[in-house]
Amino acid sequence: MSALSLRDLNKSFGGNVVLNGISLDVEQDEFIALVGPSGCGKSTLLRVLAGLDHADSGDIFVGGRDMSPVAAADRNIAMVFQSYALYPHLTAGQNIAVPLAMKRLSHSQRLPLVGSLLPGQREIRTGIARDVREMAALLKIDHLLDRKPGQMSGGQRQRVALARAMVRQPSIFLMDEPLSNLDANLRVHARGEIVELHRRAGVPTLYVTHDQAEALSMADRVAVMIGGNLLQLAPPDVIYNDPAHIEVARFVGQPRINILQAQAENGRVGFEGIRLALLEKVASGPVSLGIRPEFVKLSPSGRSGLAGRIERLEFLGSEVIAHCRLDASGEIVIAKLAPHEARDLIAGMPVGVLLPAEQAMIFAPEGRRLRIADVAGARQEPAYV
Amino acid sequence: MTSIPAGRIIRFALLSLGALMILAPYIFMISTAGKTQSDIFTSSLALIPQHFYFAENFAKALAKVPMATLLWNGVVVCGLIFFFQVVVAIPCAYAMAKLKFRAARLIMVLVMLGLLVPIHATALPLYVAFDRMSLLNSYTSLVAPFTISVFAIFMFLQFFRAMPDDLLHAARLDGMSELGIIARVIVPNAWPAVTAFAIFSVVAHWNDLYWPLIVVSKQAYATPPLGLMYFRAAEAGDDYGALMAATLIITLPLVAAFLLAQKRFVEGITMTGLKG
Repeated sequence: MSALSLRDLNKSFGGNVVLNGISLDVEQDEFIALVGPSGCGKSTLLRVLAGLDHADSGDIFVGGRDMSPVAAADRNIAMVFQSYALYPHLTAGQNIAVPLAMKRLSHSQRLPLVGSLLPGQREIRTGIARDVREMAALLKIDHLLDRKPGQMSGGQRQRVALARAMVRQPSIFLMDEPLSNLDANLRVHARGEIVELHRRAGVPTLYVTHDQAEALSMADRVAVMIGGNLLQLAPPDVIYNDPAHIEVARFVGQPRINILQAQAENGRVGFEGIRLALLEKVASGPVSLGIRPEFVKLSPSGRSGLAGRIERLEFLGSEVIAHCRLDASGEIVIAKLAPHEARDLIAGMPVGVLLPAEQAMIFAPEGRRLRIADVAGARQEPAYV
Repeated sequence: MTSIPAGRIIRFALLSLGALMILAPYIFMISTAGKTQSDIFTSSLALIPQHFYFAENFAKALAKVPMATLLWNGVVVCGLIFFFQVVVAIPCAYAMAKLKFRAARLIMVLVMLGLLVPIHATALPLYVAFDRMSLLNSYTSLVAPFTISVFAIFMFLQFFRAMPDDLLHAARLDGMSELGIIARVIVPNAWPAVTAFAIFSVVAHWNDLYWPLIVVSKQAYATPPLGLMYFRAAEAGDDYGALMAATLIITLPLVAAFLLAQKRFVEGITMTGLKG
């Protein structure tokens, strides 16, 4: 039984479909990154899960229990918000204590003045204070407990928000772009920390981000959401190397995958010299051919490959990004080269662009991935165009 | 030191002139409170009294007017009005700003309509109602018509709209009910708006003469401006020195309160977007 199951969730605002039949299973201990461009519905999905918003149809099960009649407060789902959403008038320690106080103290015990006179509340409050200190020690924020959010840096606030979410030992952990307000250095550091905390707590986590690098580097499995559809859910290497949809291929990977226009005819795809046999019958017509920039090679002599011209070179230290325009079609092909490969290249020079046939991915016009029958068949053709 | 630019001097001079024009009646009131009867009725207009008569005028004012009762009534009425206005307006504004419900638009229209209807339009039916309930000459009749302030709802609404939704989501996940959110999250963070509204409300009702004049005819329930009117009509006649001294005493609490809360007041106004 999965720790968390979503079954066919649908939601639309007006005529705008935000969630289109989303189904998803999260296993115990699993870290799933929900990634997609802004406005793809991923934050809405989190809010629906947390009970802050309602789906038009579909079911949510946590540990096999149907969550639809359960209020947000009773779902035992914790969430870290992009803005951290710390209570500005409370200190860090009081912020972390709020969920415990709401859970452990009775209604009358929480009342100001009167509550402090009721029996039993002193023990509960000491227990809460102890748990808050333990959580603060775990996140190394003990020295901040008396400060208010306004007196803390972004990184410190983010830790306090994490502590507040973790302190009540939730059954599901939701994070809505918790790192996007941090500066770049801190972000990379915090990535590692969150993964480490997840390993230690073992709570299934759903992590929303629009940063594909963050998703690939942190998650056990990545769910790519675009336009309200869950296009693919797979481990990071599969998402990158074997995308199921052209949008997934486009969204994941930096620089972006090269997409070129090709023709399908009689179950074979032709692009310049490349001939690939498809596993399924498709109507003849235009298809898209994708090749990741790191597989593209350039021949400075221009004697082999497709004729093109280098428009721009970007030197990034460990690699060089070359933007080439193909003479025949005018399409841009990006090549990611090692510095030694790019030594003789200068902007404006003509080059031969080599596209390896066995690395090509074919996508149908509507975006679906088309499988290639066998790479061996492709290899009979010249490996490079 | 660099010289001050001419533009700034002109601006400063214009502002000073404006301030002086607005303050002039008050200054003249202070001056009159220190004059003898003969000083007041001389043909020449002097700002500085010829004989300083402050003590005598204040003594007269305090002796002839039940000043303590008037001030106490003012405090009770303004305090109760403000308390009920806040208690009603904060939950209402919260619901309209942050909760989605069908009647939200209708309530918004009603609030707008409420802003357009002046108290003078409803004074007569209210008077008749209080009379039938035998509630004239009571704190109830002074306070009740003002307990729901559409202005307060409108002002808090603007302030709450600016509060981040995530804060409320976090509170809901932490286990708070909607009332709990109001008490634990909204109110502690709404102080600037409450302070700003306090000034508007207290000033308006402390100085209000119209409504107390309608529902109160006994001095025991008179608010400060009403008490002054009785004083003028019955006791002082043309003793303007004593009258101005009494007026000065009555306006002092407000002036003092404003000066003390000035910083928070300005902060609240700018934060609620009620500028200009």
